[in-house]
Amino acid sequence: MGKKTLIALLMVAMAVVLFPLYKSYQGSEKLTKLGQYYADNGVTDTGASNLVTSVVVTYRGLDTLGEVTILFLAASVISFFLSFKKEDRMVNRSVRGVTEILTTSVQVLVPIIFMFGIYIFINGHLTPGGGFQGGAVIASGTLLMFLSNPDFELNHKIIHTVESISGIAFIAIGVLGILLAGGFLDNRIMDLGTPGTLFSAGAIPLIYIFLGIKVGTELSNVLGIFVESQNERIDVSSGQNNNSIIEEEL
Amino acid sequence: MLIVIAIVLGIASMVGAYFAVHSNKLTVAIIATGIVSMVASIMFLLLAAPDVAMTEASIGSALTTAIFFFTLNKIRQTNG
Repeated sequence: MGKKTLIALLMVAMAVVLFPLYKSYQGSEKLTKLGQYYADNGVTDTGASNLVTSVVVTYRGLDTLGEVTILFLAASVISFFLSFKKEDRMVNRSVRGVTEILTTSVQVLVPIIFMFGIYIFINGHLTPGGGFQGGAVIASGTLLMFLSNPDFELNHKIIHTVESISGIAFIAIGVLGILLAGGFLDNRIMDLGTPGTLFSAGAIPLIYIFLGIKVGTELSNVLGIFVESQNERIDVSSGQNNNSIIEEEL
Repeated sequence: MLIVIAIVLGIASMVGAYFAVHSNKLTVAIIATGIVSMVASIMFLLLAAPDVAMTEASIGSALTTAIFFFTLNKIRQTNG
């Protein structure tokens, strides 16, 4: 039996296994009890008119902290494995020239992209999006800057300082929630205000601003590390040895 | 109307996924992966999840594609 027949058989088997699941699926008309609670009390509890934000930041704030931790770990591991000694740096790396169309459009677009990212996380409690989305948009702006200018490098000192400060501030707001309100990451440490206005939802805008800055700098830093790792001088002969080892493992 | 758009997007993402797996050139495969993410983000938008769509568009199709390209370049340097 060939490999392709096996794959086809496996696919048929999976279809047979999963078909009852599809057959018995019924979309529920009503919300679950927990979902109903969030829908009814979300706005009065948290003051955020965006229900997703009230769940992500307040009701399930601890999960968000876990996500931030995972992202931080991933960034740390990347910078650990891709860093190299200064003497291994290539003196002049040959890069393909950048067209004027790209440089000009980046000059126009990058400020707008950054502004859009900042808008997303400042308005996280009113409109869709939040810290993560805003940070990711900011990082894609940084990516455009890297693409348009091969010599562009991030200042790691500033990036690390900003990232650490915003991370610590996020945790500090969470701890303040224990001291002043109901629990960790409770947003009622500040006035809830009128739902739907910019200065409302207690500490949620503050948390999202710090989250957005943290995610934006972190993802930009990951990109920066990847770009800088292109400058590492590699001994071609030893590189080929490594490659043959990889091929043997495969 | 939504179902027609959904079917078109589904076919597009399947074509992208096919090229991502079976293309002989790695650059084509990477771009095809980005296209799958882009189509998925449009689908999220149609399913009324604009926040997920934003994440998918910026991380899935922009940052991941770029990181794949940086890694590919690095591998090519290593192989001489």
